[in-house]
Amino acid sequence: MRLLAVRDVSKVFANGVKALEDASLEIEAGEFLSVLGPSGCGKSTLLRLIAGLETPSAGSIEWQQGRPDLGFVFQEPTLMPWTTALGNVALPLKLAGMARSEREARAAEALGHVGLAGFERSYPRELSGGMKMRVSIARALVTAPKLLLMDEPFAALDEITRRRLNTDLLELWQRTRFTAVFVTHSVFESVFLSQRIAVMSPRPGRVLSEIAIPAAYPRAESFGTSAEYAALCRTTSARLAEAMAAA
Amino acid sequence: MSARFVAPILMGLAMLGLWEAIVRSAAIPPYILPGPILVAKTLVTDWSTLWPALVVTMQITLEALLAAVVVGVLLAVLFSLSRWVELSLFPYAIILQVTPIVAIAPLIIAWVDDVHVSLLICAWLVAFFPILSNTVLGLRSVDRNLLDLFGLYGAGRWRTLVDLRLPAALPYFLGGLRISGGLALIGAVVAEFVAGSGGRESGLAWRILESGYQLKIPRMFAALVLISLAGIAIYLLLSLLSHLLLRRWHESAMAGE
Ligand SMILES: Nc1ncnc2c1ncn2[C@@H]1O[C@H](COP(=O)(O)OP(=O)(O)OP(=O)(O)O)[C@@H](O)[C@H]1O
Ligand SMILES: [Mg+2]
Repeated sequence: MRLLAVRDVSKVFANGVKALEDASLEIEAGEFLSVLGPSGCGKSTLLRLIAGLETPSAGSIEWQQGRPDLGFVFQEPTLMPWTTALGNVALPLKLAGMARSEREARAAEALGHVGLAGFERSYPRELSGGMKMRVSIARALVTAPKLLLMDEPFAALDEITRRRLNTDLLELWQRTRFTAVFVTHSVFESVFLSQRIAVMSPRPGRVLSEIAIPAAYPRAESFGTSAEYAALCRTTSARLAEAMAAA
Repeated sequence: MSARFVAPILMGLAMLGLWEAIVRSAAIPPYILPGPILVAKTLVTDWSTLWPALVVTMQITLEALLAAVVVGVLLAVLFSLSRWVELSLFPYAIILQVTPIVAIAPLIIAWVDDVHVSLLICAWLVAFFPILSNTVLGLRSVDRNLLDLFGLYGAGRWRTLVDLRLPAALPYFLGGLRISGGLALIGAVVAEFVAGSGGRESGLAWRILESGYQLKIPRMFAALVLISLAGIAIYLLLSLLSHLLLRRWHESAMAGE
């Protein structure tokens, strides 16, 4: 079942920068989709349009059943430094008016899911970069959203931490089956994670091609060293190169 | 760590010693320059006149600081909620700030019957701007992504103010408060100077003036010392407050150095 369709969306910013031009993309409910493209091609803009944080200059975003609850993970952890990990994760529930005891129980549970049990009372500056990102993911998932939008969430992390978080993210996705839209500029990451990759052209961005990644889940770390993975990365790289050349 | 305290204290003692030595060796009369020992003695002997004066000055200072906090924060919040209010009022706040208090104090003292209130207004005028401008800056320096996040979860202006803008502005506000604490004291003292005798309300500034007329220079120095000590105490107290409020989360209050 389709969740939403982005139809010929263009976005021109107030300063005249044209970030997107006639971008079209359909997203299926429950799928794991990556959006891959070079820096500045409008990936963040596309994600923000889907989240309703920006409005399209032209075109439309059509929701099959209205915009569902959604979670958003920014490129930086974007935590409130004055409150604990628990307070940060509980924020969406607090804003929804949930009682304190209940929201804290749920937030603690969400922290457990991202492997941060025991760090409820830690302040963001007491956490490592990877841990902060986990808090950010827990915050996005605490409302049990149907759609999780992630904007290069692991780009600032080291390779080892990134791999861990990739595996953990897939595990979470398999457990709860939210729809995942994952923006990245890493071919390897997009192939490892997703069922489908949308490749974007340089600015003004459009979705130039889509690649299916048929490998089965669960994908263990060993998938990342398989011949299948290498072949898929090669295909995806070639498509990305085509997209760059087409501009 | 200990060098931070020992070094300035040693330096201070050395300067005091030098001062005392110069005064004695050159036999400078006390009505020109009293030595530190005489000043300390005067502080004790004249305590019964100096202490009430200190209380008066401190009372005006603290009241002015409190008023500065209330008005500064309220105005800053108002500015953050309405661009129009900010555009129309901020220039006047700046005008109030750049006008020297000595120049307007006589006017205020002439207009306002109650001396206490007029002194309060003067001290407040000097003290409120750092709080206002720092808090405005803090309320605006909110992470854009966090603002988006609040919007995403349907938070209204009020919730965003309480749960996001105000906590984000706290370190800025506290920075402004530390500056304003000293300024409130300066404002109070300057206003007392301009007001002159000030009737029943005789603060430290009046004691200084009075000592000058009567050539009681050691007492003048003693009053000066009290003003400095009061300023230092205010600064230390506000720094402590800031440390206590921020130590868990803000870089400026991280333990150790
Ligand atoms: N609010 C804005 N106002 C003006 N221009 C903007 C704004 N946001 C983005 N842009 C411009 O739109 C273009 C696309 O930006 P966007 O952030 O969507 O790119 P991106 O694909 O996410 O890049 P990156 O991979 O570096 O994050 C850029 O040229 C950027 O300068
Ligand atoms: Mg981006």
